[in-house]
Amino acid sequence: MTEPAPAVAADDYDYDRKRLRAKLATVSQEPGSAKPQPILSVDHIVRRFGGVTACDVDHLEVQRGAITALIGPNGAGKTTFFNLITGFDRPSSAKPRFASSGGEHAEWRFQDRTLTATSAFRVARAGMVRTFQLTKALSRMTVMDNMLLGAQDQPGERFLSALVRPTWTKREQEIRGKAEEILSRFTLDEKKDDYAGSLSGGQRKLLEMARALMSDPAMIMLDEPMAGVNPALTQSLLGHIESLRDNGTTVLFVEHDMHMVRHISDWVVVMAEGRIVAEGPPTTVMRHQAVVDAYLGSHHDQDLGDDAVLEEDFGAAVAAEEAERAEEPEATDAAPTEGVR
Amino acid sequence: MDFLNQLFVDFGQQILSSVTAAFAIAAIGLNIHFGFTGLLNIGQAGFMLLGAYGFAITVEAGGGFWVGILVALVVAVLFALLLGIPTLKLRGDYLAIVTVAAAEIVRIVGGNQGLAPITGGAAGILGSVYQPSFTALSPFPQNGSFQVGPYNYPLTQGDSWFLRIVCWVVLILVCILVLLLTRSPWGRALRGIREDEDAVRSLGKNVYAYKIQALVLGGVLGAIGGVLYVMSASVQPDSLGRTTTFLLYTCLLLGGAATVLGPVLGSFLYFMVIIGLNDFVSAFVPSSIMNEQQIPQFGWIVVGVGLMLLVIFRPQGILGNKKELTFGD
Repeated sequence: MTEPAPAVAADDYDYDRKRLRAKLATVSQEPGSAKPQPILSVDHIVRRFGGVTACDVDHLEVQRGAITALIGPNGAGKTTFFNLITGFDRPSSAKPRFASSGGEHAEWRFQDRTLTATSAFRVARAGMVRTFQLTKALSRMTVMDNMLLGAQDQPGERFLSALVRPTWTKREQEIRGKAEEILSRFTLDEKKDDYAGSLSGGQRKLLEMARALMSDPAMIMLDEPMAGVNPALTQSLLGHIESLRDNGTTVLFVEHDMHMVRHISDWVVVMAEGRIVAEGPPTTVMRHQAVVDAYLGSHHDQDLGDDAVLEEDFGAAVAAEEAERAEEPEATDAAPTEGVR
Repeated sequence: MDFLNQLFVDFGQQILSSVTAAFAIAAIGLNIHFGFTGLLNIGQAGFMLLGAYGFAITVEAGGGFWVGILVALVVAVLFALLLGIPTLKLRGDYLAIVTVAAAEIVRIVGGNQGLAPITGGAAGILGSVYQPSFTALSPFPQNGSFQVGPYNYPLTQGDSWFLRIVCWVVLILVCILVLLLTRSPWGRALRGIREDEDAVRSLGKNVYAYKIQALVLGGVLGAIGGVLYVMSASVQPDSLGRTTTFLLYTCLLLGGAATVLGPVLGSFLYFMVIIGLNDFVSAFVPSSIMNEQQIPQFGWIVVGVGLMLLVIFRPQGILGNKKELTFGD
């Protein structure tokens, strides 16, 4: 496999993963902590659906060059958060068009560009390309056409120049070569003339990822890249994600599979009920009390089938236990990690 | 053999006619909307009628032929923008509702007696008002006719050779335009939008702008079709109503959506079915069972049933790629 040139040659991109992890080790492990070189920084982003607050993120920074995992139980607001920052949804806290400045309005910066209230295609053009939880392969188009659609700066995509073939054939050749190169990296080159609808679920995931790479994004956002993928393909997908990072694309992904998260991520952000409850390196964040509570409930170690529930003073007993826990925070570190899986 | 002879003569006559070419052009416009971009426009007849009105009223006011054509095109662009700007950011169904309603509004307003001084009301605008501006452009002698085989038409006046030639030249040019566009990256983006607009948006394409462009282009083709459609007859609001839109869909699905020549072939076949049925019934079915007036109505039934069978058994149409429609969403 030939390693292509780094897609984005940012000066402060940590190609050396050890150095990156060493840097991240010094970052404070609390929600909203500041990163040494944030590529994305999000403030006050709130989305309400009626009375339900699906997402309420006060502050989050994503380190450039890191593989950051966004985890959390079902309904934690991970996908909503993705939709909000990629422009597929509008935050409830968005700044009204004619409001005076100031106040806590949603704002997020990507590579020193403010993206607040930007439409989805502009976000993608800025270099933040996403994939979807339910794969969106363009079924009735060939794999190659899917790929070519991912490329930017195509003169032939403008109405008038589309009519004059010589204005776009050169660029078409370029992106076709690039598409072939990426497809062979993702072992899809033999499928390039097939309809995308004929691919298996896992191949569609690969295609979607490959398509996103056509625009040389500075950051790729993967929404559950492993959902519905068989274990053999999972390994190769993991390899692809790591090689993306090594080639200069920052990765942010949502995932349920804890094993995968632990395996490839440099930093983990845990969401629960719309909020970020914990952040940290994968090895330690899983032991965080807030994470255990989010996944298993606060009383996961309490046998509710016990006769104790029938006793009148059960509530008091739980309260006492809570108080005890609050007094001894170090004891929380000993919470079982197995349960998190 | 009389029957077969008659049938072939009638087929040829219908295929050559300006109405068939006009239908094909309007169906190509609809193909841009529905076949390539996935926009459900149920008001293509509205674009045709508006184009016809724009042309006829301008010529009647003394604007001349070319100004009339320009007005027809501009009106279609404005109509497409008016319908598209508010609805194309919403889900696809809204465009369908808005277009069907807007086409009806155009038809009903056009037929309104209060506007009779401008639109001619329900009676419409007579062909004699605007046809001279067109026939004046003819390189052929103003009078006289010409015979090719069994076909004898006037050279310039009315339903003439000149009109037929113009219609066919325009149809061929439109096909080339669509061929160029759909084989370009622009056409690729449209097909992507048809498949999944969110995916295309996530790849950095301005989906809204593409949809507006597609709606405008298809609408303009509809208006050109409308102008050619009325050129041999008169502008009558009720002749370009909902049924026209559905006939265009029939032509489109018959020939094959998302193909360049599908709508053209579909228009041929549609008219051939109607003509063939007409000839067959008048030759073999005694008038006690089905009389002259009932034939066209029977034709509608056949077309309707045919459309249903087509959508069930061959959804890709005649020219469509079977594989392209095999994958559901």
